[in-house]
Parts: sequence; C-alpha cells; structure tokens
Amino acid sequence: MSTDIEKFKAGSPMASTLRMDRMPHIWCPGCGIGSEVNSFAEAVKRSGVDPKKIVVVSGIGCTGRVAGYVNFDSIHTTHGRAIPVATGIKLANPELTVVVFSGEGDLAGIGGNHLIHAARRNMDLVVICNNNFTYGMTGGQVTPTTPGSAVASTTPYGNYEYPFSLPLLMDAAGATYIARWTSLHSRNVTQSIEEALLRKGFSFIEVISPCPTLYLRRNRLGDGVDQLQNYQDNSILKHGADTRETAIDYQGKIVVGKFVEKSKPTYLEASDKCCIKLVGDDYQLYGKTIPEREAEEKAEKERIAARRAAMQAEPEAQEETAAEPAKAPAPKAAAPRAAKTKFQSKVMPAKQALAGTKKAPAKKTAAPARKAAAKPVKKAAAKAPARKAAPKAKVLAGTKKTAPKISAKTKAVAKPAPKKTRNSSSQSR
Amino acid sequence: MNTVAADPKGVDSGPHFMDGDHAIAEGGLAAGCRFFAGYPITPSTETAERFAERAPEVGAMFIQMEDEIASIAALIGAAWAGQKVMTVTCGPGFSLMVENLGLACMTETPMVIANVQRAGPSTGSPTLTAQQDMMQAKYGPHGDNAIIALCPDSPQECFDLTVEAFNLSEFYRVPVIILTDETVGHMHEKVVIPPADQIKVVPRNNYSGPADKCRPYKFDSQGGHPMVRAGDGYNFHITGLVHNEKGYPAATAEQGKIVVTHLMEKIAGNADKIIRLDEDQTDGADVVVVSYGITSRIAVKAIQDARKEGIKVGSLRLITIWPFCEKRIGELAGKAKAFVVPEINYGQMVKEVERCAGGRSKVISVNHCGGAVHDPQVILDAIRKANQ
Repeated sequence: MSTDIEKFKAGSPMASTLRMDRMPHIWCPGCGIGSEVNSFAEAVKRSGVDPKKIVVVSGIGCTGRVAGYVNFDSIHTTHGRAIPVATGIKLANPELTVVVFSGEGDLAGIGGNHLIHAARRNMDLVVICNNNFTYGMTGGQVTPTTPGSAVASTTPYGNYEYPFSLPLLMDAAGATYIARWTSLHSRNVTQSIEEALLRKGFSFIEVISPCPTLYLRRNRLGDGVDQLQNYQDNSILKHGADTRETAIDYQGKIVVGKFVEKSKPTYLEASDKCCIKLVGDDYQLYGKTIPEREAEEKAEKERIAARRAAMQAEPEAQEETAAEPAKAPAPKAAAPRAAKTKFQSKVMPAKQALAGTKKAPAKKTAAPARKAAAKPVKKAAAKAPARKAAPKAKVLAGTKKTAPKISAKTKAVAKPAPKKTRNSSSQSR
Repeated sequence: MNTVAADPKGVDSGPHFMDGDHAIAEGGLAAGCRFFAGYPITPSTETAERFAERAPEVGAMFIQMEDEIASIAALIGAAWAGQKVMTVTCGPGFSLMVENLGLACMTETPMVIANVQRAGPSTGSPTLTAQQDMMQAKYGPHGDNAIIALCPDSPQECFDLTVEAFNLSEFYRVPVIILTDETVGHMHEKVVIPPADQIKVVPRNNYSGPADKCRPYKFDSQGGHPMVRAGDGYNFHITGLVHNEKGYPAATAEQGKIVVTHLMEKIAGNADKIIRLDEDQTDGADVVVVSYGITSRIAVKAIQDARKEGIKVGSLRLITIWPFCEKRIGELAGKAKAFVVPEINYGQMVKEVERCAGGRSKVISVNHCGGAVHDPQVILDAIRKANQ
C-alpha cells in the first residue's frame, strides 16, 4: 500500500502543486473536493500566474483542509474566517493572488457575514465554494444550502429550513464574477478558476459536490458516481442565467454556468482613487506610488502572458477535448469573454462512459428558453433508474434506520421519538 | 532585540495636545504599523479615526471591517503578508476578537490590539471607564495561551507603550494588548513624539534562507524567530491545529505538549526581560499600593496624604500587566505588612497579588466597579486600615 502511495507521489502530474509530503489526504472516496483541488491546480498551471504569488486560505471543515494540501503559501484559519484573513493578505500585499477555498457551511454559514461584505467591497479574491449540502467534518449536519426535506444528522426528520441559493446571494451582495458547476463539470471548474485567477474583483465559484459518506448515505442516494449521474441528468447549462432562478430543490435541477461577469473598481482601486485625490500624484501605498505599482502589474501581466503562451505552445496530449460534443451555444447575456472560453457541454465523455448512459439532452436544454429547458430534464430524471434519481418521498420511506416512515409530514414525528434513529455516523468532531 | 530607527514617514514628531486614543494610533504609525483593520466601538473609535485620517499620507492601509472578528482575522492575514498590524476595540469587541486572538497566539502572529476598556458587563456603560477586562485579556481564548499586556496611565504612555508593544510583539511573535481605559483614552494631555531617529523599533524579521530549511516555527520557548512572508516563494503553511515546526498539522498529545509548552514558556520564561514596573519607595514600605492605568494616578493623591500622616507607603505601578510580576510581589511579600490593590472592577488583579503574596502579607482589595474612577479618600482609608 505504502509503495503505491510513493509511486503515486513520484508520478503525479500535480506533484508541483500539491504537498506530496502530506499525502494521502483525508477525503473520502467519492468526495468531490479532490477533483476540485485538481481543477484548481490545473487552472493555476494554465493561468500562467506565478505560483509564488498565490496564497490559498481555507476555513474549517473537510474543504478547509485544502490549504494544507496545496503547495502554495497557505493559511488554515478559524471557522468561517478565511475571507477576512484573505482580505488582510490582499490588502497588505496587492501583488498576491489570493484564493479562498472552503465549504458552504464555512463560507455561507458561520462566515456568511464576511462573504457578503467581501463581495460588497469587490475585494480582489477568488472564492471557491465546495457545496456538498452538509457539514462533513462534524458528521453531516444541515447547512445553509441543504435543500428542503433532505435528511441531515441535525434534521433527522427532514430539513424544513429555506436554503440559500449562493449565486443569488452573491449577485445581490455585489460579486462581479459568479459561476456554478458540479463535480461532474471538472473542466468547466478549471476554466472558471482560470478566468477568476486572471481577472480583478470578487469572483465566486460554487461547485456542487457529492458527500457520499454523509449526505448521500443518509439520504439513500447511492455513492459518488450515482450522484454524478444525478448531476448529469439534472444539470442545466445556462450562462448568464438570472440568479433568481438558480435555487436547488432536493435532487432537483441544477442550473450551472457562468451567471455574472462584470467589471467595477475593486476595493484597492477605489481606495487608490480616493487617496490620490487627497494626497496627489506622489501618493504611496507601502512605499510605492500608483504608477510604480501599475508598472509592476503590467510587467507581471506580460510575464503571465508569456507563461501562458509557452504553455499553449507545448504539444497538448489532453486533446481528447476534440472528441467532445459541440460546445453549448453561448447565451445572449454571456459576457464577450465567454465566446472564447471553451465551455463544454455538461456532458463529459469520461463520465458518460462510466455511467453508461445515453447522451443527456444537454445541447437542447442549454439553448432554448428556460421553460423549455426545464422539461426535457425532468423527463430525463423521471426516466432514470429509481436508484439514481429517486423521488424524495420514496427515499425517505425506504430508509431502514433513519426515522421510520416520516417524510416531510412532521405530525407523526411529534410523539414517538424513534429510538434507533442514528447508529450511523460516528465522525470525529 | 535588534532595533533600528523608526521610519520618519510615520512619525509626527513634536509636542502635541492629544488624547490617549490618538496617541495609540500615532504610536502604531511610529512603530512602523502600516495596516489597521477595525470596527467602531466607544470609547476606542478615535484611534481608528486617527489612523484612517493619517493612512493616506503615511502610505498605510486602513480598512473598516464588518465586525471585530473580521478585523483581527484581517490582521492575521496582513501580518503574514509582511505588514506590522494593529487594531483597537473595547470589551464587547474584544469578546468577538477572542476567537482569532487564539489563532494569533497559536500561529505566533505579531499584532497589537488596544482595548480601551469601558464599563461592562455586556453592553454595560459605553461611555464610562473601567478596568474590567484584565483577566479576559489573558484568559479570553480557550486553551492555554500566553500574551503580553501593557497598561498606560497617560496619553504619553499610550504613545510610548504602543511602540514598545510593537517591539515586544515582533520579537516574541505574540499578540500584545494595550489595556487602557476610557479615562486615559479620552483624556487630552501633552504628548511629545520624539524625532524618528530617537524611536527604536524592532523591524519585521522575515526568513530569507534556503527553502528546505524554512520553518515558520521553532519550539524552543524563545523569541526572535523569523516570520515567513507570503509571496517570498517558501510555500509556508500555518494552521490553528497543533502543528510541527513546518507548520503542518500534527495533532497528537506529544506534539500538543511541545507546542503549548513553547507558547507558554516563550512568555513566562522571559518574564524578567518583558516586565516593566514603576516603583516608588517600595523598599522598607509598610504598605504597598499596587495599581495600574488611570487608577495609579488617583492613588498618587492617597499615597501622598498617607505619607503626610507618617505611614510608610510604597507604590508599585504595573506597566506590564501580563506576564504578571510574580517575582517582585513575592519579594515584597512578608516585608510589607499589606498590599492595597485599587482597581476599577470587582477585584481582578488583586487575585494575582494574593496568589503571589502567598499569605505572607495582607492583601486589601479596593474594588470600585460601576464606571467611575476612585475617590482618593477610599484608597487612603484602605492604606490606613492596612497599616494597623
């Protein structure tokens, strides 16, 4: 076993971006975080950004461990505080590219206040939010995004809170780049992270991801691959979608894509503008005038461009991309950049092979109006084997160990507290 | 401690008439602080306002965060990105900061936090004075932590001790807390800011050696270890988890003991070097008044009156609150008949005095909670009683 690990460490294409001396990692088989980290590492490589200038900040939780595995300057902070720590880093040294990598419980639950304020300020941060609808590290409790009726260890009879739709929240708060993908869309995740690394302003990338150990198991939704199938069946690609229509119902449709990309001055740019008015042209921040900083930034941009060019010149063996189905047509609202970005259709050939399904009606769903788009997906879901997209009622009724025969109807629950509710999770806290 | 002359850009040399809050901001700027993140709260807000006003001309960054939790979190990030950092608050805000004060202790992040104490508990009396957060400063965060706390008694000392706080913080890589009070914070007095070349500051010490030898920590119970700066290419990792010297998580009982011992002994083991006291006629005194902050200035009147009555009274003013001057109290215990401890709380530091006196001298608490300074007469009465 250990020799396998050594072999893996030596041969991994990610050896330069991951801390191989910290492998193996703690994440469960089927968890989506690992593939997000891979996407991130790949995006960093492709972006051409100097790895020395990247700082990764995480909060607490399963995703919070990302900071400990990536081979960049990295800070593992307290629960929910990754964003303010990242804010401090960015403002203390504007040359750094600061990435926050954390979970939805950390970012939108305990850290929700920081999340909205960083977006409001258009703080120049890349925020990658792994949204698995559960607090994994502590044993599968309900989170601010857990969809209605899902069972969690603290909602043993089904969730009855209203969840956040993170793209809507971020849009309202002022984020200037908002994308959502699922673990199935790893290339799109890479693409989005790459774009975010290269742009200025607050970028928020949500990745819906499976937690097989807790969320999926407790809801009898199968394993990680089953959930990928669900993503395939239920994802609707819609760049520029109205963020008010991105809510996620329990095992329901998931609108994915790049929803927002706009430009407005970042916190630092606004601060510079104010200070230069006040102090004059010799205004300095940390001993550097604005023209000096701009010149440095320009030089760095050129270096990035050169690295990117060198990278693209390399013969790319990964051109299985060519075999992929045609790109989904970019919607009208998508920013001009979208045209050149290689957004793929949600259907991933590898996963297709894995799941052994027919082509999902991806292309059709993406282009026409939302109403029309919603229908074929529903059909697809209905057609899918029960195991994969079982209606929630059935799932609940079918559970053996979770609360017997109590679905969304709470009445029955009131009296008999089920004795043998959870013998299941004994996660460390 | 290696020191250099202060950067003149942050030093507003000359005589000023300013309050303690403003003097704290000036002290920070003089010491080389170029990053301030804070949240408004009476009676500390003036420090933030002063820093915000001065930041553009000095070339510093000021940001008003969404709360105190975020403020201190931003300091941690900024400190590891290479800046000297500070914030200011009072009790309710300090309570929020306590979470990441623990992270700062654990990650050995230098920072200065001024707590301009107001009357509590809870929201209390925002505009009234207090010395009620003495214990919170040390025992606020969960787990075993050691911090340094200094207690100025005047606006001039607010300036001087803020510079000192930065120096200690940089050298020991520990949060240093300025425990002042509303009275000193809002009291206007003459403050003389020396020329920059007369202000000695400890510069940020960033690691610059070979990458394979780079360690963010060294668990030898000493100060003086370099920080690692983000962006320098060392790919450091820091965490609030129990960690090894590389900064990687290593949450075992054995490693926990190593880390906690280091954190505690780094301060306790160097207490003699850190502690500063202001003593007046303590040798041969029958009664020693132990006081700090604004209370020490009230006590002066009582001490003078008692001396006129022929009582041999000494004054021991605590400039350094934490680590506590165990040794000095221990030396005086048994020689003096009694310690008199006036403070604007229900009796906090008096417990430390009792502990260190070990029953060899009487310890009389002159506690005065509620939100006002003492009437000197009350302290005088206590001195008389102590002398009996």
